[in-house]
Amino acid sequence: MALDDRDADKQKAFTRRAAIIGGGQLSLFAVLAGRMYYLQVIESQEYEILAEENRVNVRLLPPLRGEIVDRFGEKLASNRQNFRVVLIPEQTDDVTATLDKLEEIVPITERTRKRILREVKQKRGFVPLTVAENLEWETFAEINIQTPDLPGLQPEVGDTRHYPYGEDLAHVVGYVAAVTDKDLKGRRDPLLQLPGFRVGRSGVERMLESELRGRAGNSRVEVNAFGRVIRELAKDPGTPGDEVVLTLDMDIQGYATERVRGESASVVVMDVITGELVAIVSAPGFDPNLFNIGLSQAEWDGLTNNELNPLVNKTLAGQYPPGSTYKMIVALAALESGAITAERLITCTGKVKLGSHEFHCWKRGGHGPVSLVQAIKQSCNVFFYETGKRVGIDKIEEMSRRFGLGDEVAIDMAGEKPGMVPSRGWKRATTGIAWQQGETLNASIGQGYVLVTPLQLAVMSARIANGGQGVRPWLVRSVGGRQRTPPQIVPMGINPRHLQLVQAGMNAVVNVPGGTAFRSRLPLEGKSMAGKTGTALVRRITREERARGVTKNSDLPWKYRDHALFVGYGPVENPRYSISVIVDHGGGGSSAAAPVAKDIMTRVLARDPMGMAAYEQKAPGNDVSQLVPRADGPGKGEQG
Amino acid sequence: MVLEAISRSGRLSLVDKLYEINWGFILLITAIAAVGFAMLYSAADGSFDPWASRQMVRFAMGMAILFVFAMIDPRIWLQLAYPAYGFALLLLIAVEFAGTTGMGATRWINLGVIQLQPSELMKITLALALARYYHTLEQDRVSHPLFLLPALAFIALPVALVLRQPDLGTALLLSVVGVSIIFMAGLSWRYIVAAGAAALAAIPVVWEFLHPYQRERVFTFLDPSRDPLGAGYHTTQAKIALGSGSVWGKGFMEGTQSHLNFLPEKQTDFIFVMLAEELGLMGGIALLALYTTLLGFALMVAVGARHQFGRLLVAALAVNFFLYVFINVAMVMGLIPVVGVPLPLVSYGGSAMLVILAGFGLLMSVYVHRGQELPRGGGLL
Repeated sequence: MALDDRDADKQKAFTRRAAIIGGGQLSLFAVLAGRMYYLQVIESQEYEILAEENRVNVRLLPPLRGEIVDRFGEKLASNRQNFRVVLIPEQTDDVTATLDKLEEIVPITERTRKRILREVKQKRGFVPLTVAENLEWETFAEINIQTPDLPGLQPEVGDTRHYPYGEDLAHVVGYVAAVTDKDLKGRRDPLLQLPGFRVGRSGVERMLESELRGRAGNSRVEVNAFGRVIRELAKDPGTPGDEVVLTLDMDIQGYATERVRGESASVVVMDVITGELVAIVSAPGFDPNLFNIGLSQAEWDGLTNNELNPLVNKTLAGQYPPGSTYKMIVALAALESGAITAERLITCTGKVKLGSHEFHCWKRGGHGPVSLVQAIKQSCNVFFYETGKRVGIDKIEEMSRRFGLGDEVAIDMAGEKPGMVPSRGWKRATTGIAWQQGETLNASIGQGYVLVTPLQLAVMSARIANGGQGVRPWLVRSVGGRQRTPPQIVPMGINPRHLQLVQAGMNAVVNVPGGTAFRSRLPLEGKSMAGKTGTALVRRITREERARGVTKNSDLPWKYRDHALFVGYGPVENPRYSISVIVDHGGGGSSAAAPVAKDIMTRVLARDPMGMAAYEQKAPGNDVSQLVPRADGPGKGEQG
Repeated sequence: MVLEAISRSGRLSLVDKLYEINWGFILLITAIAAVGFAMLYSAADGSFDPWASRQMVRFAMGMAILFVFAMIDPRIWLQLAYPAYGFALLLLIAVEFAGTTGMGATRWINLGVIQLQPSELMKITLALALARYYHTLEQDRVSHPLFLLPALAFIALPVALVLRQPDLGTALLLSVVGVSIIFMAGLSWRYIVAAGAAALAAIPVVWEFLHPYQRERVFTFLDPSRDPLGAGYHTTQAKIALGSGSVWGKGFMEGTQSHLNFLPEKQTDFIFVMLAEELGLMGGIALLALYTTLLGFALMVAVGARHQFGRLLVAALAVNFFLYVFINVAMVMGLIPVVGVPLPLVSYGGSAMLVILAGFGLLMSVYVHRGQELPRGGGLL
């Protein structure tokens, strides 16, 4: 019994203590339940969002950039597959080691490596960075196999811009290039953050960037903790960029490019009725695909240090003295103001004296008595010295401006230079000295202060050919299927008879023996070209050079030789196309520029791109190739 | 009638013993384990392989041990208490010399067939040894310093060895279980207050002895964002999983955090989070309710025992079990630092399952033989 008593003590003590322990356990469990309630009920929404963020990854899908096609649907800028590798810095502990490993498969230049390491610091860890792109399929496949050993690297297939015609269109279509820090400033479009994204840097690509870019889509995917995609939850494919149809005819563009290959030259062909540009060539060009891929330093130096200036679009930004091609303006100014008449003869003795200065005709001994038409045909300087003297610089300036000189004329192209049409006011304002009559004489033959661009010359020529309609050049026919309305054409109010006189002179230049471009008449039945040659003096032969035996312009170093110019239009009877050709430092207009114009105009008139059905927007199911025009025009296609 | 017969004869036949087993308790254990099977099935994306099936086999083995232990007379356990403690202590020492190292700590000993974790064994043998000690000690001596010292030594020896492995979590568990036995034996409150004060004072000292990885855990616990992809990742992702589970959960096998692997260790230490993500607050509370019922039953068994050995043994086992549950759940909910403690009967893992069920075997032994008295002097001999 004694044992029982003692155990009763123990039991009493134990029961009390056990109750305390049990109570403690229960209250601690209550704490757990409270915590669960807090997390799962009170803060639940916040954690639900976090769980969704964990699980769902939104990927931006870059839209397909709109294609650029010529008036017949020929692709001038399209897209092709681009195999590339991107790096997601936060998925690797050691960027350098990862790059080292990749380098065993793909060479990585020091420059690329530096760029990546810089971007790793600048951007957030989950932003993918392009490491290598435009990879060969074999290399890409190899990287795909090695992915498990390349932490942070992801092989991707993207789209990249492709310019099938390369340098033929470099200046017109332009190019795309990687996004720079400048592009990112102030712009929130998340597309710009995508690796490998490209923006238009020049030409149409730049001008119509927002239309071509399209709207980004996105893909919501479920990912696991390692970032592996489990399934796609939702997808918005986005909207591809608009297709841009240009007024150009790639056939003519390509031919013209080929014709002036090796020269520093420009060619502009335009429709004199609508103002549509058929071809616009600045030579030499460059390969726009290189800018997309990224130029090496050597390639860049090769472009910038080239004395032929391949990066400059000379058709818009090249400013040249018009030389004798300016004589039509002087003639029209004189006719309109009544300073001369059609019948008026002026005797050319080979030179004109003004004070102590002598102004020479290009023909020693002179042309004798010449009329306006003959003066244009033979490009007599003395006739125009005299005419210019009578009409005065003010009227010449006014007529120049009516023909689109001295100011930007293009409707939808950027980077155009205005050229220069001098005036009394301008001279006094810039030099403080009054206008001299000798300067009027110089201007009368397109020398001195006057400067024009090849595009302006084509416009001038078009306005002469179309009977004084103030046509302006344009390049973009439609964007995303929406036709661009052609610019309104305002009649210039010039007496048609005066224009006919000038046209007769230009016809004689090419088609009458003795004309300065008679050798460049067209080899076509029933179709001919009218035109005017021009030679723009770059530098006189100095006395010392003459002493050393340099007597001909072609003996000078290339960059001091004269520019060769030609403006024209065709067909003569029913003008449709105007052309301007400038061969930089090519020598004489009749020998260097007119033959180029002849070949190109021959092609243009034989093909007559404006007479063909242009590319219309594809109807669903329609094959584009069926829309490529045939010479026999629309409606005559065979059935089936 | 039966009980009277037992108290008279002092002996029960095997059939009697089987009859005396509390089958409700067995059902409760099985229910908790079944929750584990279901979660392991879900963790493997709807497959019994590789976890659920193996866990079932281990559970069956553990149940066999439970039944065998339940049949053994507490008097035998009383006899075995000290030798078993001594054996476990020897194994802990052996780990020092011949242990297998894993994850930076030496905790296992390779016995050829199985990997044994002596510290797990010690959790039971320490309870046995202390229960026996206080069983024999006269009640008025419990608070005498001279008789307190052996009890503290029983605790200190294995704790010191476990700390050397190093395994802070187990050392703490052992200490708390040991101290709780002393507490339930009736130690004077004076000591308890003094010990509490001393423990608080010792925190800076303990801090000095902590390994860097252990300190890091404490830091990360205090501020999980300081290492969102490293140590804090577990805590953060576990909280997201729990919170997003909301009241009713995302549905069985529908937990995004668990199935997309954001949740680490989902089949072992973090299995409670997976349950709470898929079955919500309701599922979590239900499991806690099952545990509470189980602990309540254990305390009833302890109070109903007619000898101090049984009372203290069962209560200590209950405390041990409670600590497992509490530490695990508090850890996954971000209430305490991350320590490697499994959720008993639910987490995947053989060693813990066997030890827990063996402990319940002892509990059941006390229950089955609850009519017996046990003389202070000893058992059968």
